[in-house]
Amino acid sequence: MKTKIFPIFFIFTFSIIFFVFYKGLQNTNIYTPEIKSEIKIPNFDTKEFFSKNKINSDQIFIGSDYYLLNIWASWCVPCKEEHKYLMDLSEKENIKIIGQNYKDNFDNAKNFLINLDNPYDLIFLDNDGTIAIEWGAYGVPETFLIRNNLIIKKIIGPLNEKLLFEIKELTQ
Amino acid sequence: MNIFKFLVSVIFLIYCFSSNLKAKNLEIEITKNLRCLICQGQSVYDSDSEFANSLKILVEKKLNEGLDEKQIYDYLKNKYGDWILYDPGFSKNTYFLWLLPILMFVFGGAIILRKVILKKKKL
Repeated sequence: MKTKIFPIFFIFTFSIIFFVFYKGLQNTNIYTPEIKSEIKIPNFDTKEFFSKNKINSDQIFIGSDYYLLNIWASWCVPCKEEHKYLMDLSEKENIKIIGQNYKDNFDNAKNFLINLDNPYDLIFLDNDGTIAIEWGAYGVPETFLIRNNLIIKKIIGPLNEKLLFEIKELTQ
Repeated sequence: MNIFKFLVSVIFLIYCFSSNLKAKNLEIEITKNLRCLICQGQSVYDSDSEFANSLKILVEKKLNEGLDEKQIYDYLKNKYGDWILYDPGFSKNTYFLWLLPILMFVFGGAIILRKVILKKKKL
């Protein structure tokens, strides 16, 4: 009897350990502490993507419309995955999609938009990544839902079906 | 006259160099106390990730704007929370973190003291 319990116990323990570590692999390793949910948007100077005209953030986020700020780059693979959701959202009238082109090459970025279509109402440049820091972002892709100069929702990583639904609910 | 000019230029050069070095040192010191949030167990100074590189540029920019060390920490804490600092300040979010070691020390000391006293009583 004693000899049977040991292997069963052994297999049981290891299968639990395996399960825990296997689950742990899928978790993101970025720890994000809870921050006050509604933060004021930063103020910054930047350049418009196509015309290269100087533009201030005050001129981008005006009034009480809903704005969706999406940080993207042509070299970022998850950005391609979430692109269809942005295209979906661009058809909504009451939400303006603003693109922040993060550390990118202009020609590559332009080709990205030509190949996959352009969901953005306006794109501005962030060549050294400092504007992303001003937003409190970690990298690409990242999305912020903004209203009345406040960040309502922050999404780290690519959009998906569930988040798309959530955004639509919030902007009803 | 020539010697005078030479001296002035030397002093000027030394001044430029040293003040530049000082600013660079402060920048390094600050980035060493910032956690690279997307790396594991690395400071911003040690990391070469996109996030860390942007943060280094930002710290340099803020220093040039005239912010001091504490203001930069506060600024980043506002954006990313206490987690970005390796040395978080004492606040209502962190008092547990700071007081726990002291509590454990006191508690452990009490247990040891009790045992010692009990042992003495038995003897």
